[in-house]
Amino acid sequence: MKSMKQIDIVIIGGGPAGMAAAVGAKEAGCDNILILERDTMLGGILNQCIHNGFGLHMFKEELTGPEYAQRYMDQVEALAIPYKLNTMVLDISPDKVVTAVNPEDGLMQIQAKAVILAMGCRERPRGAINIEGTRCAGIYTAGTAQKYVNMNGYMPGKEVVVLGSGDIGLIMARRMTLEGAKVKAVVELMPYSGGLKRNIAQCLDDYDIPLHYSHTVTNIKGRERVESVTIAKVDASLRPIPGTEQEIPCDTLLLSVGLLPENELSQSAGVELSPITGGPVVNESLETELDGVFACGNVLHVHDLVDYVSEESYAAGQNAAAYATGRQFTGDRIPLRPRDGVRYTVPSAINPDNIDKFAIVRFRVDNIYRDRDLAVYFGENRVMKKRKQILAPGEMETLRIPKSWFEENTGCDAITIRLEA
Amino acid sequence: MPMETRSIICISCPVGCPMTVTLEGGEVTKVEGNTCPRGESYAKKECVNPTRIVTSSVPVEGGEFAMVSVKTASDIPKSAIPDCARALRGVVAKAPVAIGDVIVPNVAGTGINIIATRHVKTLLSF
Repeated sequence: MKSMKQIDIVIIGGGPAGMAAAVGAKEAGCDNILILERDTMLGGILNQCIHNGFGLHMFKEELTGPEYAQRYMDQVEALAIPYKLNTMVLDISPDKVVTAVNPEDGLMQIQAKAVILAMGCRERPRGAINIEGTRCAGIYTAGTAQKYVNMNGYMPGKEVVVLGSGDIGLIMARRMTLEGAKVKAVVELMPYSGGLKRNIAQCLDDYDIPLHYSHTVTNIKGRERVESVTIAKVDASLRPIPGTEQEIPCDTLLLSVGLLPENELSQSAGVELSPITGGPVVNESLETELDGVFACGNVLHVHDLVDYVSEESYAAGQNAAAYATGRQFTGDRIPLRPRDGVRYTVPSAINPDNIDKFAIVRFRVDNIYRDRDLAVYFGENRVMKKRKQILAPGEMETLRIPKSWFEENTGCDAITIRLEA
Repeated sequence: MPMETRSIICISCPVGCPMTVTLEGGEVTKVEGNTCPRGESYAKKECVNPTRIVTSSVPVEGGEFAMVSVKTASDIPKSAIPDCARALRGVVAKAPVAIGDVIVPNVAGTGINIIATRHVKTLLSF
């Protein structure tokens, strides 16, 4: 056995998170970085997201996905950061040995000082939501259809129903329409959309595509190929209401029913996952419960905007670089407690010694709320109250917690973030 | 001139204000429901001259990828979107392509070019 290769920072995944993490690590002074990417190119999901709207925060201009990815690929090249494509990571051990395989190197093992998890997420498939009906062709996740249309040049169907109003579903409703398909309906189980409002306006309203809230698909018919789907209204407990069924003839059903962080590798390393986000539990430095293993981007929690992925991942890269030169992020942490409408926070705990000017806390709410106060408590002491006109599950919120609040509230045992009437 | 009201959702930011716009003779005379000035300017543009960036992808010959993603170099009138989509059918680009290369000049008579949004290198054949 050859002696194991030693790398300071191994980054798992070369999408937007992995590339920004690499840039962050390199700019923080780390010269021994390796990105491992399983696809044939860097860029991840951005390669198939040919629509515009990326980069408004990061570059102050509206870019398409491939253009946004290219900005980071250019940085990776300019900084001469090494990467391996076609490389599948098979295992990460708790002591940070990364096992991977590709056609050039065969099986390889790398001893990393720090590991950055940047594997992204994947779509919930039909099996995850148990739709009744036959097992015919013509049922795709929205992202699969997106890859077929935008990268392979295949149209998956002509008459389409979309289940779920996640952003990819909305964008694919528009994309299929522009390519000549008839999108007959978008069906959303909840009384609100999981996607961004601007996507409902630009992708559905612009093309007169109907969106049925509080509806679901109750049956799929078809022998070889989808012939129709049956939709029905649901009651307050999300159960279909008998008698409200309508059958829609179509040849294609697209599923846009949620994204799941892809954490099989994290689990094999022994990283603790949050049952709510499906991503690793991290501290203020984006370090998991395993020393020297960091996480960022959609593998940590599903984001709406790539700009925030890049920002978060750059920070993870910088922290990993510090760790690789001996800095520890251990010490006493104050737990964050999401309450009363706040579903989760990332990070889940903060050690004030490790923050510079402020800590960034990202969270989502569990329902649509209008005219609520967003309140932050250090122990019993309310340090912030901010009126929000609207809060929606589909829009991630960001909170900056200044270091001064920690200094003014020493000895506090928990930080509570909640909505108040 | 006839008076008309329209309900639109502001897409300038995540708040998504529901706005009621009053038009007289094709001119916006009143915007209600917006909570900031951006709503008003969006409403005026959206009701008088709505525009969009259109994105698509077209096949590329001799390239490392099968398709090259493209967009309108700037926004085009919303009413021109169907013609723009039709004009892109049958278009085939030739590798190599660089971001910004013109793929279709003056698409559907809008005066706006369709440009590439991805680099596509030539596929080396042996």
